[in-house]
This record gives sequence, structure tokens and C-alpha cells, in this order.
Amino acid sequence: MGVTTFKGGVHPYDGKDLAKDQAIVELKPQGLMVYPLSQHIGAPAKPLVAKGDHVLVGQKLAEAGGFISSPVICSVSGTVKAIEKRLTAGGAMVDAIVVDNDQNYDSIEGFGQARDYTKLSRDEIVNIVKEAGIVGLGGAGFPTSVKLMPKDVNKIDYFLVNAAECEPYLTSDYRDMIETPEKIIGGLKVVLSIFPNAKGVIAVEDNKPDAIKLLTEKAQGESGIEVVALKTKYPQGGERQLIYAVTGRKINSSMLPADAGCIVDNADTMVAIYEAVCESKPLVRKIVTVTGDAVAKPGNFKVPLGMNYQELIDQAGGFKDDPEKIICGGPMMGIPLFKLDVPVAKNSSSILALLHDPVSQEPTTACIGCGRCVTACPENLMPTMLMKAALNKDSERYTSLDGMECIECGCCSYVCPAKRPLTQAFKQMKRRVNAERRAEAAKAKAEAESKKAEDNNTKSTEEVKK
Amino acid sequence: MKKMLNLSSNPHIRDSVTTAEIMRDVVIAMIPTALYGIIQWGVNAALVVLLTVACAVLSEYAYEKFMKMQITIGDWSAAVTGLILALNCPPDIPVWIPCVGSVFAIIVIKMLYGGLGKNWMNPALGARCFLLISFAGKMTSFTPIGADAMSGATPLAYMKNGGDMANVNLMNLFLGRIPGTIGEVSKLCLLIGALYLIVKKVISPKIPCIYIGTVALFTLLFGGHGFDLYYLASEILGGGLIFGAFFMATDYVTSPITPNGQVVYAVILGIMTGLFRLFGGSAEGVSYAIILTNILVPVINLKTIPRAFGREGDK
Repeated sequence: MGVTTFKGGVHPYDGKDLAKDQAIVELKPQGLMVYPLSQHIGAPAKPLVAKGDHVLVGQKLAEAGGFISSPVICSVSGTVKAIEKRLTAGGAMVDAIVVDNDQNYDSIEGFGQARDYTKLSRDEIVNIVKEAGIVGLGGAGFPTSVKLMPKDVNKIDYFLVNAAECEPYLTSDYRDMIETPEKIIGGLKVVLSIFPNAKGVIAVEDNKPDAIKLLTEKAQGESGIEVVALKTKYPQGGERQLIYAVTGRKINSSMLPADAGCIVDNADTMVAIYEAVCESKPLVRKIVTVTGDAVAKPGNFKVPLGMNYQELIDQAGGFKDDPEKIICGGPMMGIPLFKLDVPVAKNSSSILALLHDPVSQEPTTACIGCGRCVTACPENLMPTMLMKAALNKDSERYTSLDGMECIECGCCSYVCPAKRPLTQAFKQMKRRVNAERRAEAAKAKAEAESKKAEDNNTKSTEEVKK
Repeated sequence: MKKMLNLSSNPHIRDSVTTAEIMRDVVIAMIPTALYGIIQWGVNAALVVLLTVACAVLSEYAYEKFMKMQITIGDWSAAVTGLILALNCPPDIPVWIPCVGSVFAIIVIKMLYGGLGKNWMNPALGARCFLLISFAGKMTSFTPIGADAMSGATPLAYMKNGGDMANVNLMNLFLGRIPGTIGEVSKLCLLIGALYLIVKKVISPKIPCIYIGTVALFTLLFGGHGFDLYYLASEILGGGLIFGAFFMATDYVTSPITPNGQVVYAVILGIMTGLFRLFGGSAEGVSYAIILTNILVPVINLKTIPRAFGREGDK
């Protein structure tokens, strides 16, 4: 077993008191619904509907565009208004299906029907998860069905439910645990049924003692399910940190959790799996925390996927004052928004609106070599040295210092007394190195092909000679 | 919304600690020992402290003004340098000497190499050694304390010259009732300051403890007094070791940043200090040990870079 924590990390102000006691409220959007075809890691989905089509709740709007991809499911009933480029929370313009909501919420046949998972085979369960459009709801959006199909099913001995929720301010997973603990355990039971050797572990940070108590009670009598309290420290919910804390095993950037016998999924993903498999409800909703000191009434909301952020904020009670910064996700890893006219997507996250942006007010000064970043780095990197390599755009030095292991958690920038933008430099550098690697691979491939063509030419000439 | 939204890369929150706060804490931590020195030795010591700090800050300001650079005296680092240098001077030194040292520390050792964070040698100690070489007599003539059995010598010099151990009073050594530089004598005040820095997480006790431990071991092995704890304690408390270990060896810029490198650095410091003290010409060795080991820091860093989490076994 692990040590319930990891080396490094930070303790930022957690801000969870703002929204943690607000029960999840369901919202019904009035405006246009937007379904981006790329709201997951992998190939974009391919549209199955055309402009003018009438669509229903639970209907597949687009199918998976490859092995690593995910279908897009309609969360309202109405008419397809357009298929066009739309802005997403991540800042990219992507193809999206726009649906005019008729407010009737008519659903497809069989939507919401109870189903007994024990009568389903492994392939059937994986297929339901895939067709339900379920992706990791922690923010990364990796298609869950792909995780459920590792090379060797028997080698998986841990199924970890990531309920750490270590990002400050966010409380949606906490509300899930308090309000629907049976669905988290239900989802875990479903996936454990297809991993014969796996033990289920729900990992929660110990700043949520009530959730731990409740889940432990509900898990009583379930064989092979355990609730583990982890020390509260950011980024405890990082995949590598979580695996280490629970199992004592270590993985790096070139390994998958499955290589350490683990599968890790977020708590809300468990709820989504339970709803898809046992209630025949594909993924059509997202739980969003709307919080921050600029928000009039912080709270947790269950909203249909595709709902507009601006409308979501308005329905949540709006801002009490103009925010200086609006972040999609938590303050440590979230993406800042420049426009609120973006849809709630599977991989989008909470809305955090801050009256003051501390980052913009603090000038960057010289590195004094204090080593706080070294102590804080959960990946045991040397951020000061990496920063020098990054400023020199020295890819070789950067990779030799293990810079590609950076998980972009933000701890180094957070602790830096000189307010240096370390994480930002590493994100850029990782993209640079990846681009260089892709270019090299493409070059090698092109060379191999031209050589092959040359060989064929010589061969045919020789044959002619014969 | 009326105004535009701010955009920046994550993280969007920052710890409140700043460079200026850290440096200010170091100054605060040295106030007890500075006050002790001033009370014990009087006006000249007070002038040395005030003017040396003022010279350090002013020379940084003047240099930056002249070079049309951003003024950085607000980060308190020049004040730290000035204060450390002042506390390293004998109480009755002519005031202009440490002032010259201050200018040398800031201009030559710090600013010419690029300012804060770029210097490869502790500026205050570099300047002290510059003064030791340039004004050897003035820098090593210490004011006796009252009716002194050690006849005006520092405890280390007294012991080195074969003085009678019966005249060495450990309590006087600990409280600071001994000849020495303004800031090095009161171990009690220094430890209070060190504790403040450790509690505020400005420094880690790692480097000082390993450093002092190594000196202790070296002294036990080669001190020629066998396993004599009284002699050992006198060696540790008698000179500038406590001041150096907690306030100078821990200087961020000139100490290694890798966890293993810090251990290597502290051990080398201890061995160098032991060598200088026991086998060198002078009874003291802390300043030279620290600045010479400072030079090794880039190499120590390079050779002790750890592998990333999950890559420990990789080549």
C-alpha cells in the first residue's frame, strides 16, 4: 500500500467554503445549445445529423471519429440549427452542432430505463460506456471506454476513483460524494465487475471527513471496495501522485496507469458510468461549481452539456461586481476565459470568477535560488534549471533535465517569491519539444519512403536489365 | 461586463511570500545579535552597523541609477549584505573601512556579475576577505572585554596558541562576553535569529546542522584534544561558526539548490573550516571556507541533479 501522500506539493488557500455547502441545483437553459465535436482527447466526432433535423434527449449527434474518440449526445430536444465553428472554453474554434432547444426534453426510447449490470458481459459494458460518450470528467476528457480496455485485463489490480478534488475552490465532486455516494459506489461496482483481479479504492483528501464517513458507510459490506483518506495537499489528485499515494507505485510520462496495474477515473465519471449502465442515461450533464469572490451566489449546478456559460452564470445569480479574471477550472490549472459565450463541455470545468488577479499585480524579479520550487515540485524536478533551459529554448538541455515529466500543476510558479512564470515556460517548452519530435518523425518517415521508392526503382531497372 | 478580462497562464493564484519579505526577515533575524554587539561595545559599533548598511544600499542605488537600470534596493538584499559585513567587523574598526567593503561587496561582487541572484560568491563574505587582505591589522584587532583572562585574544586564537583551557568559560562564549566581531559573539542572540528564520521557513536547518556537525567531527578527529567535549564546545561556540553556518552558508544565491548538493556543500564547508582552523595560519576559517566553497557550487549543482519522479532507475 501507499503512504497516502507524495513528496512536494503546496497548500494554497482552498476557498471551498464558498460553495461546499450549496446543494446541487438543476438548471434548464433557455438559449441555444452548442455541442462541440471535440470535447475529449482524441479524434473529433463525426456528425450524424444535418441542419433542420429534429433531435431528442439522449440521441447521438455525432459518432466517435476513431479508436480514441467519443460520441456527442444531445442533452435537450429541438432542431439542429447549424453545424459551424464555435468558440470553446479552451480558446479554440471547433466544429460544433448548434441545437435550438424546444424546452420539451423529449427523450429517445429507453432513456432512463433501469438495467441490471450483472447480466451484461464485459464487451457490452465497455460498449455502453463508449456509446454514452463518457470521458474523464476531471478535466482531461480522455475517453473512458479506452481506459476500460487495457492490454491485459487480468493485470489490473487497482481501480482508483479519484475523489481528491485537490484544486482550490472546486466542490462539485464533494457534492457528488455527499448527495449521491451510492452512484459513485454503483459505478465502481460496474467497472469492478469487468476487472476480475481489481480492488476498488475511492481516494478522498482528508479535508472532506464527512464525505469519507458517508462513502465508508455506503461501502460497508461491498467486498473489494475501500475508501482511503489522503493527506490534503495540492496536487494530490494528479494521476501519478494519486497512484503513488494509494499504491506506492510510480509511473512517468511514458507510462500509462495500466502499466502499474492501475486504472484511475474521477468520481463524477463513476456517477456517469452508473447512470449510463444502470439507468440507460448517456452523458448529457455536467456538474459545475460557479464560485469565486466575484460571484453573487456561489453554488453547484447540474446543467445540460451545451449550455452557454453566460446563461449559466446569469441563472446562478450573476456577478456581484465585475471580475478581473474568469477561470474555467480551478485556480492552479484552470484556463482563463476571455469570453463567456462558450458552451459547457464534457472537458470543461467549474467557473471561478475573481475580483482581483494577483498574477497581473506582481512584477517578476530575479531568481534568488531559494529552492522553494524544488521543494514544491511533485515530480522531483529542478524548476530553476529548467527555466534557464526554457529561456534559452534549449530543447536538449530541457529534456535531459527530465523537463518532459512536468505535469503543469503550477506548484513552482505558486511558491516562487520572485513571481517567475515557471509553469508557463515549461508548458511552452513541452509543446516546442513535442513539435520538434513530430517534425523529426515526419522527416524520418519521408526519408524512409523516398529510399523505398529509390530501391524499387533500382530493382525494376535491374529486372529490365535481366 | 465593463472591463476586459485578464488572461494569463496557470496558476492564477500565488503564495504571498516575496523576495523582499524573505530578505527583510533575514535582517530582522540579525537584529538581536547586532543590538547585543552595539550594547556591548558602544558608539563605534553602532556607527559601523548603520553606515555599512547605508553604504551598501546607496552604492546599489547609485550603480543602478548610473547604469540606467531598474532600482532594486526595495528588495532589501543590499541591506542584508551590508548588515552581514558590518557584523563581521571588529567593534573598534575605523568606520570608513567597512564602508569601503560595502561598496566593494555591492559593486564588484554583486552588481558587476548582474545583480541579485547572479553573484557566485557571498558578497558580504567576499568583501570581508577583501578587507582582511587589505587591512589585516585593523580587521583582526579585537576589543577586550573587561578583566579578560585570555588577554584580548579571541577564544579560538587563545586556544590555538595553547592557552589554558581553564580560562575558557563556556557560558561567556555562549552569551557573547568574549572578544570578536560585532555580530559573531552572542551565540544566544544568533540562535534566536536562526530559530526565527527556521520557523518562518526562510532557511532550512539542513545546511547549518550538517556544517556544524562536520566541523565537530573534524575537530574530534584532528583537534589533538581527543574526545574532549569541553574543548569541542569551545571550538564550536568560540568563533564565527554559528553566525556563518546559519546566516552565510545558507545564502540562497551561493549555496546549492539540489537536495543532495546541499549535503555535499555542507560537508565540504565543514572540512574546509576544520582544515583552516586546525592546520592554517589563522584561528578562524569560516569566511574563507564559505567563499571558497561558494566557487564549487555550480559544479556541485551539476553533479547532483536528481532524476524525476518515476524515472529514478533510468540512465
